Amino acid sequence: MAVLLIAEHNNKELRPFTLNSVTAASQIDSEVHALIVGYNFEEAKKALAALPLVKKVICVEADYYENFIAENFAPIIVKLAENYSHIICSANTFGKNLMPRVAAMLDISQISDITKIISSDTFIRPIYAGNALATVKSKDDKKCITIRPTSFDPCEISGGTALIENFQSSKQFTSTKFIKREQVKSDRPELGTARVVVSGGRGMQSGDNFKLITAIADKLNAAIGASRAAVDAGYISNDHQVGQTGKVVVPDLYIAVGISGAIQHLAGMKESKVIVAINKDSEAPIFSVADYGLEADLFDALPKFLEELNKLNTIQK
Amino acid sequence: MKILVAIKRVIDYNVQIRVKEDGSGVVTDNIKMSTNPPDDNAIEEAVKIKESGKATEVIAVTIGEEKAQETLRKALAVGADRGIHVKVDGAVEPLAVSKILQKIVNKEKPDLVFMGKQAIDDDCNQTGQMLSALLNWPQATFASKIYFKDDKLEVVREIDEGLETIEVSLPAIVTCDLRLNEPRYASLPNIMKAKKKSIEQFNISDLGVDITPRVQQIKVEEPPKRKAGIKVANVAELVQKLKNEAKVI
Ligand SMILES: Cc1cc2nc3c(=O)[nH]c(=O)nc-3n(C[C@H](O)[C@H](O)[C@H](O)COP(=O)(O)OP(=O)(O)OC[C@H]3O[C@@H](n4cnc5c(N)ncnc54)[C@H](O)[C@@H]3O)c2cc1C
Ligand SMILES: Nc1ncnc2c1ncn2[C@@H]1O[C@H](COP(=O)(O)O)[C@@H](O)[C@H]1O
Repeated sequence: MAVLLIAEHNNKELRPFTLNSVTAASQIDSEVHALIVGYNFEEAKKALAALPLVKKVICVEADYYENFIAENFAPIIVKLAENYSHIICSANTFGKNLMPRVAAMLDISQISDITKIISSDTFIRPIYAGNALATVKSKDDKKCITIRPTSFDPCEISGGTALIENFQSSKQFTSTKFIKREQVKSDRPELGTARVVVSGGRGMQSGDNFKLITAIADKLNAAIGASRAAVDAGYISNDHQVGQTGKVVVPDLYIAVGISGAIQHLAGMKESKVIVAINKDSEAPIFSVADYGLEADLFDALPKFLEELNKLNTIQK
Repeated sequence: MKILVAIKRVIDYNVQIRVKEDGSGVVTDNIKMSTNPPDDNAIEEAVKIKESGKATEVIAVTIGEEKAQETLRKALAVGADRGIHVKVDGAVEPLAVSKILQKIVNKEKPDLVFMGKQAIDDDCNQTGQMLSALLNWPQATFASKIYFKDDKLEVVREIDEGLETIEVSLPAIVTCDLRLNEPRYASLPNIMKAKKKSIEQFNISDLGVDITPRVQQIKVEEPPKRKAGIKVANVAELVQKLKNEAKVI
């Protein structure tokens, strides 16, 4: 039986992690069908149909799907489910919000945030903020799964010619109404997919001081991350939070500045290829996961860091 | 208005957990247990709403072993009016928890159910959404702000792209982020008073919910350990290493 992949998009483009979910879906079964629900999503639909791993694109369109309300999406997926062995989505806020609603309607015990597919019914997932890895086997006939996108590579994006079909919309759920979305627009790479991430913690002391981080991020074409403490203190917005209850990142280079390295923060970044820690406390736990630790006052170190970067002839982008 | 709050007893978030040698799970003997952190925010929000005069009763419910009553007592000490304990030994999957909570909701008929957005032991992030599905209620997940607007609730949700505001009619489910509020501590007199508040106990058989696990835990392992690296003497050395040794800049 085929696998149903729920595409995440913003009605214009596919959200990048859709590509990682497609890869995960294709590891379960080569017959991957992608569902796109939204409003005026012509471009996103074309992008989806161009993914070589996607065999069929199923479109459902109505104005009340424009803002991705899970209560509106779930009934469609439930109706489609009988033709599929697995329903898959990324474990980001879109999928986390939607998939359990689908799973409960189908009476399926969902498996969240898998990092590895062992077989069509057996998966590995982190528990306890990634301090343990559980191998779990689903006994349900159908599976509802969310994948940890950073554990799967993005799929090829061109050359595919998937069949495109329309599917009927379901009745609008009127007890939930979208009001607004406050999105911080930025030209930087997305936190989840950036090659380099520079993160600031409580040690930054103020939102204004984050300009020290921004300057370095500009130089390295990096995304900006933060600890929960920095977000709680109002230095930076919530979409920058890395950790157990924020985003998981696996960049080539993660630079933690003024971050102590609580397990909840490590949960979101300890798989990074190279970790740098800048902290004035030699005992800070972050040093135990850092490839390169610099024991220094960040207000002294960051300007020097920028100076040294300026001296380099070339910097990878 | 009546508010039901679902709270889970978990290993305290400060504990460095250890995986059992036989791979059957994590060590829980003699380990400090606490309320799942965002569930404290859920209780706090419910109590604040009651204090503002909008709610008349806050009921805390937990599903777990006998000792989960301690978690309920703590909720009662910070302002919940009464507790419900559904006694279960061993772990219960979110789907089963949501089915149990559905029974409790049908009995108590609350206008609002507050829950945490995620339990920090299983990291599932499912139960609130599942309960909303079973009840066909609106779900306001990952809430970091809540306002009453007439008979509706406006909720600011934390999403990957930033913040999103939705409006839900009651009855509704709200799952709370840690930023929703600052949970209070129980005062000694309130801890004493909480001892007199009632906790109603149910067995699973009383509720008629099938909680047979659908997901078999085959093994639990420690993740590969990261090797600690080196300390560099200064920024120049750091940049040189990143450039020439790690080759990442
Ligand atoms: C359920 C739960 C979920 C959580 N989820 C997350 C999560 O997703 N992400 C997350 O990050 N946290 C999370 N936390 C919070 C976590 O436990 C820590 O409280 C938080 O990560 C601490 O942030 P911090 O390192 O910035 O602050 P602190 O722990 O206060 O550390 C600040 C660091 O800055 C250093 N410093 C200060 N001044 C300077 C200076 N001038 N120069 C150099 N160094 C300096 C200090 O030495 C210290 O090490 C969660 C907590 C709970 C209970
Ligand atoms: N055993 C339980 N008893 C009471 N509430 C629970 C239980 N398990 C989960 N919950 C609630 O569901 C939320 C999300 O849990 P989870 O879906 O396991 O991440 C928690 O924050 C609690 O509010």
